[in-house]
Amino acid sequence: MSRKVLLIEDEPNITEAIRFLLTREGWQVETHAEGENAVQTILSAQPDLVILDVMLPGKSGMDVLRELREHEEMRALPVLMLTARGQSRDREMAEKAGVSRFMTKPFSNTEVLTAVRDLHAQASQS
Amino acid sequence: MRDSLTGSRIRERRQISGLRQAQLARQVGISASYLNLIEHNRRRIGGKLLVDIASALSVEPSVLTQGVEATLIAALREAAADAVGQKAEVEALDEFAGRFPGWAAVLAQMHRRVVSLERTVETLSDRLTHDPHLAASMHEVLSAAAAIRSTAAILAEPGEIEAEWRDRFHRNLHQDAERLAESSKALVAFLDESEDTGERRGLPMEEVEAFLEKRGFHLPELESGQDPVSLAQAEMASSASRSVARQVLDAYAADARAMPLEAVSEALEVEGVDPLRLAARFSVDVPTVLRRLAFLPEDVMPRPAGLVICDSSGSILLFKPVPGFAMPRHGEACPLWPVFSALNRPLVPIRKRVTLLGRTPADFDCFAIAWPQPVSAFGQEPVYRSAMLVLPVEEPGVATDLPLQVGTSCRICPRKPCDSRREPSILSEGF
Repeated sequence: MSRKVLLIEDEPNITEAIRFLLTREGWQVETHAEGENAVQTILSAQPDLVILDVMLPGKSGMDVLRELREHEEMRALPVLMLTARGQSRDREMAEKAGVSRFMTKPFSNTEVLTAVRDLHAQASQS
Repeated sequence: MRDSLTGSRIRERRQISGLRQAQLARQVGISASYLNLIEHNRRRIGGKLLVDIASALSVEPSVLTQGVEATLIAALREAAADAVGQKAEVEALDEFAGRFPGWAAVLAQMHRRVVSLERTVETLSDRLTHDPHLAASMHEVLSAAAAIRSTAAILAEPGEIEAEWRDRFHRNLHQDAERLAESSKALVAFLDESEDTGERRGLPMEEVEAFLEKRGFHLPELESGQDPVSLAQAEMASSASRSVARQVLDAYAADARAMPLEAVSEALEVEGVDPLRLAARFSVDVPTVLRRLAFLPEDVMPRPAGLVICDSSGSILLFKPVPGFAMPRHGEACPLWPVFSALNRPLVPIRKRVTLLGRTPADFDCFAIAWPQPVSAFGQEPVYRSAMLVLPVEEPGVATDLPLQVGTSCRICPRKPCDSRREPSILSEGF
């Protein structure tokens, strides 16, 4: 059974690049391009991992994450957060909201792949 | 002119020339002990002796008599006051400036630069944290950069990728490069524009405040009964600004009707700047008086007056500046300001002497009151607003109780300790 990642990102070209990279690694990649309804999409897609942009139309990634963690069954879901803001205050806010890993733009492909592999390995062990 | 320092300058010049006191005294025909008295500013000097000494030291007499500028002394005094963990010999300031004018000027220049940089830090920090235009521009630039980096790295990998993917990535790369160029240009244009104070852009309230500032916060047409609607319509660029301007100008017009200019002028002569007495005299509420006093022309209001109006979330709804008084535009203000503490006790008028800490602490008399906004249904919770009139204090000595110490914002506030501090100050000793 293939691993599934849900990529929530409103930049189509970033989505395309990440989709290519992860598909090549054997991931099944689903996408969603806005904050609105993002939680419902995660709940119905049941991914093994979520990549979540912070600045999304409709609702911020931070709010999506907070809402997601309110669901008991989603507390342990690995969430890799992407943001253009790397200030310590934003990191703290993301950690409070329950992020698994925080990554600032512009990231390298290697960083994304390593983070995805690590998070998935950690989740599989626990 | 600071003649009393001529001796110090003679001493400094003599030392620069490498002459001993006795040598110089001999050259100009006076005793060494007399020259010693002159050099320690204990004997006045002028006329032929001054010319002789100047000649012996190969300088113009004016170099020895020229006074140190008062601004230099003032700058040094400020530098001494701002020094952290260092106590300067303020009593010897004149002597220092007189004996080492070059070093004194360097110190004063450095101090001015530090003050200027601190202001820049304050402005940029506020803008970076809260400016929605800047945040959106930065997001656009970084997102385009992220897409380009990722796509370019895929294309640069060794080995072939399918033609369909390759073409798509080339197309994306081109799109993102165009986007990056555009968003970078937009960002630069935004930053350039921000420097131009004549062309301020921002929130609707900022446009309204810019208009009021341009008019000196006084609008004779509203005093004479003109409709605020037409004024808002004529002066504001966007519908959002017009809507905000309407609220401000409606309140202005109503206040002017309740407290006509001529009557206020007479009342101020009798009552002074006393908001409670003025409220009783005109049978109006205190917020009306505070607003009215802030919008009076200079020839009627005897003191400069600033004004802040906020709602219970702490959002600033109107800000009229006054020299020395600063408050962040986008929140993060010091919660100790009476305009905020008034919200804890609605309808209780508060008067507080406040010291705004900073490079040059400034004292203000603050009058504040919070009041409920009208509700449209029974049982509806009213929203409270708070207004604060800010009057700079010329003579800090007349306070009835100890001034309340407040900062502009925690990030640049030197006060320690402070129970209300939200985050450490960047103005540490290491800054």
